[in-house]
Amino acid sequence: MRHALIFNVISVITFLIAVGSLATRGLHLGVDFTGGTVMEVNYAQAPDLNKIRDVISKMGFVDAAVQNYGTSRDVLMRLPVKPGVTSAKLSEQVLDEICKAEAGNRSTAYNDVCPQVVRSRCEAEAKDKNLPAKDICPAGLKKDEEAALTLRRVEFVGPQVGKELVENGALALLFVSLGIVAYLALRFEWKFGVAAIVANLHDVVIILGFFSIFQWEFSLSVLAAVLAILGYSVNESVVVFDRIRENFRKMRRASVTTVIDNAITRTMSRTIITHFSTQLMVTSMLIFGGETLHYFALALTIGILFGIYSSVLVASPIVMWLRVTREDLVKPEKKATDIGAPI
Amino acid sequence: MNRYPLGAYLLVAFALVASVLYTAPNFFGEVPAVQISVLKPTVKIDAGVMGIVEQTLKTNLLTSDGVFTDPDSIKIRFKDTDSQLKARDALERALNPASDNPSFILALNLISDSPKWLSSIGALPMYLGLDLRGGIHFLLQVDLQAALGKRLDGQAGFIRNSLRDKKISYSGIARDGMSLVVKFRDAAMRDKAQREIETIAPDLQLRTVDETTEFRIIGTLSLQAQKDTQKSALDQNITTLRNRVNELGVAEPIIQQQGADRIVVQLPGVQDTARAKDILGRTASLEVRLVEAHAGDPGSRDYDPQKIEAALKGNIPFGMELFSGRQGERSETLLLSKNVLLTGERLTNAAPTFDQQDHRPVVSIELDGQGARIMRDVTRDAVRRRMAILLIEKGRPEVITAPTIQSELGGRFQITGSRSTREASDLALLLRAGALAAPMDIVEERTVGPSLGAENIKIGFHSTWIGFALISAFMISYYGVFGVISVVALAINVLFLVALLSMLQATLTLPGMAGIALTVGMAIDANVLINERIREELRNGNSPQASIHAGYERAFGTIIDSNITTLIAGVMLFLLGSGPVKGFAVVLCLGILTSVFSAVMVSRSIVNLYYGNRRKLDRVSIGQIWQAGAERREGAAKQ
Repeated sequence: MRHALIFNVISVITFLIAVGSLATRGLHLGVDFTGGTVMEVNYAQAPDLNKIRDVISKMGFVDAAVQNYGTSRDVLMRLPVKPGVTSAKLSEQVLDEICKAEAGNRSTAYNDVCPQVVRSRCEAEAKDKNLPAKDICPAGLKKDEEAALTLRRVEFVGPQVGKELVENGALALLFVSLGIVAYLALRFEWKFGVAAIVANLHDVVIILGFFSIFQWEFSLSVLAAVLAILGYSVNESVVVFDRIRENFRKMRRASVTTVIDNAITRTMSRTIITHFSTQLMVTSMLIFGGETLHYFALALTIGILFGIYSSVLVASPIVMWLRVTREDLVKPEKKATDIGAPI
Repeated sequence: MNRYPLGAYLLVAFALVASVLYTAPNFFGEVPAVQISVLKPTVKIDAGVMGIVEQTLKTNLLTSDGVFTDPDSIKIRFKDTDSQLKARDALERALNPASDNPSFILALNLISDSPKWLSSIGALPMYLGLDLRGGIHFLLQVDLQAALGKRLDGQAGFIRNSLRDKKISYSGIARDGMSLVVKFRDAAMRDKAQREIETIAPDLQLRTVDETTEFRIIGTLSLQAQKDTQKSALDQNITTLRNRVNELGVAEPIIQQQGADRIVVQLPGVQDTARAKDILGRTASLEVRLVEAHAGDPGSRDYDPQKIEAALKGNIPFGMELFSGRQGERSETLLLSKNVLLTGERLTNAAPTFDQQDHRPVVSIELDGQGARIMRDVTRDAVRRRMAILLIEKGRPEVITAPTIQSELGGRFQITGSRSTREASDLALLLRAGALAAPMDIVEERTVGPSLGAENIKIGFHSTWIGFALISAFMISYYGVFGVISVVALAINVLFLVALLSMLQATLTLPGMAGIALTVGMAIDANVLINERIREELRNGNSPQASIHAGYERAFGTIIDSNITTLIAGVMLFLLGSGPVKGFAVVLCLGILTSVFSAVMVSRSIVNLYYGNRRKLDRVSIGQIWQAGAERREGAAKQ
């Protein structure tokens, strides 16, 4: 507890940096929240991104982003919502244009670059005319695996849906916080609930701060990770609080500071081992989980690292400053039945 | 001594056996199958269809590897893709003799290769989300306001006609947003009209607004009518979508309502977004025509089997067309006039109800003002004639019903002759399909290619497996025998979780797989808590047996507290999350439940079995215990 003040000052500084960045730079929200279209295309040979950018900007997209995704052969395109153009048309048009461009670059036939597109068109036509597909489809169409480029993924989120997802995300954060405070207030005392949630919201703000400073993409799965961390690092605080309560019963003469100090020291090894184990798993996800899980695992990593420190070194001092007393926790009439009572 | 009552051991053993059974189907892989489902709403899967299927397989010398039926589809499993393709072609010929007018969909599918007895106890492999198996996900928004507006327009026409018939003069009738305004020049007419409207349009709530020169009645749809209209618009769109998706030949499509006004469509395995969107966005139309000749009921007019016979031979009279339609169970051939009396736009409602007199199921129809006028003019001279209603989808007309006109009809009439309420509601749905679909927009779309799906499975599996191995190595090196026990409990936790996911058929997504990994990482917490507690008890000089006992007892409260907070987060994520996040939340919540059970009950059982019965237990293997350091800290604390 001697160093509580120093740690809290550090907390306040990192917290302020995070808040400052959030206020000035904001979050780089993913397509889930802003609305728009994301297309992932796999090229057989690494393409020239600038050429693809030219094609896209010629189609009238001003804010489109084109970048590599994972490998140099995978290209991710982010297209903003364009009023008047339906998602259906949009992804088709873009695919059509980049197929044409790639055919031009390689000076080969369109059919060889994007057999997938050609096949789906001629098969649809055949079905409508009630003829066998081979009568209409061009002969010698390549297999999809041999195509020069294949569409791997399309995601379109309408602006209305995006707005709702933001609202639901904020609501989820609020309800999780309220739920945890209520549970801790019921199980321990309101002071503990407040302390735990302050400590852990501080983690959340720091995770968000990282995403803001580095402008990492904040997607739905990152939000899920943030909420999971909120639940997870409250764990830490709960374990320490459990010990504090137990110590209040056992160490009858000790001062409040000594009781809290002792609880932290005794749970320290467990905190480190647990976090280390969880981090092993998350690291494995970060390294082997590919692009899709990258930011999810990153958010978890930051959350776990800061979780160790915040629950121990932020939550407990707050409890102390809220002037927790022995009487808050050790209620004489309930003593015998409480879990964790001395045997 | 640490012993569990027999019941506890039995519970753990039972959970283990059940988990192994329910996890098993995931390891059997998948085999090719042909899935038959109905395309036309007028066709049903019954014993007759089963007979054709069995007969076809027999004559083509194809042996199936199991046939599974449910009310909407038949799945036939085959040993290899070769016989799967052959069977598909043979069945296609047998079930859809007219290839331009198919009644069934035959889709190639992959189904689990688990033994039949496993499937029969409901043990199925995990249900993979679209990001793992590839496919298309759409979220469609239904414009319910438009549906309400259309209904009000219908009511307006209806009122206009009725006031004109009753010679009540009004100066104007128009829809203003979501209300209907009827204007009058004097109060007496207004009151007379109000009484009239109350009887003919009971769905409207009326109020009057009077100004010096103008008297108005303002009608709004009652809450109940609004609810009914919106519900039927949604049901209608879902049915329409289902019929269209069926046409795509998707093996396991999902079409369901989400929230108040949205519909989710998931098409696993479909890659061709453009075609899917084209088919989903198509509109159907409805036509009403008079029957010129039929060979059905001799009591109706135009009963002329000879003419039909001649027409079937190609001798179709000028201005007529030949159609085959279904009337209840039997199909019949009709000669229809080319003259279209009414189209779907004139229809404002079609709902299944019961006849007032004999309480038989009927379909009640409402037409708008113009439709009612046409209907009256036509039916006045056509009593006892038959009237055919055609549904035209994709340019392919089908006669859905051809009732006999019993009397002069107006804006509201009934179609009788339905044998069951189900038949009546099917007919009402078909009628609405061609007329009342509310407009829909795609508000979300996610397409995942099959190669990406397979890659995602690999990624998810790898990262979980490597993480698990790392944790195991660390736990065993740190805690010795207790580490081994923790790792076994952790492995059993994964088993429970996979079994539970398979049992509930919850959708597993890539974030869901991340959830499994994260649960493993977090579940170890409970074991660490227990092991640390036992160490601490040992450090305090307690006997090993007492330490084990106290360690488990004391850690329990902490484990529960700390897991409930995570559970709160999981439940909120489930309630407020969507799509992939929901998948993560399900796994997180289930994982917490299984991890509490496996860390507390299962690991305790193992410890009890391993150490519990030893009368003399001097030391347990739980890694290094720092005796001296602990005492120093204890001393400091007690000062």
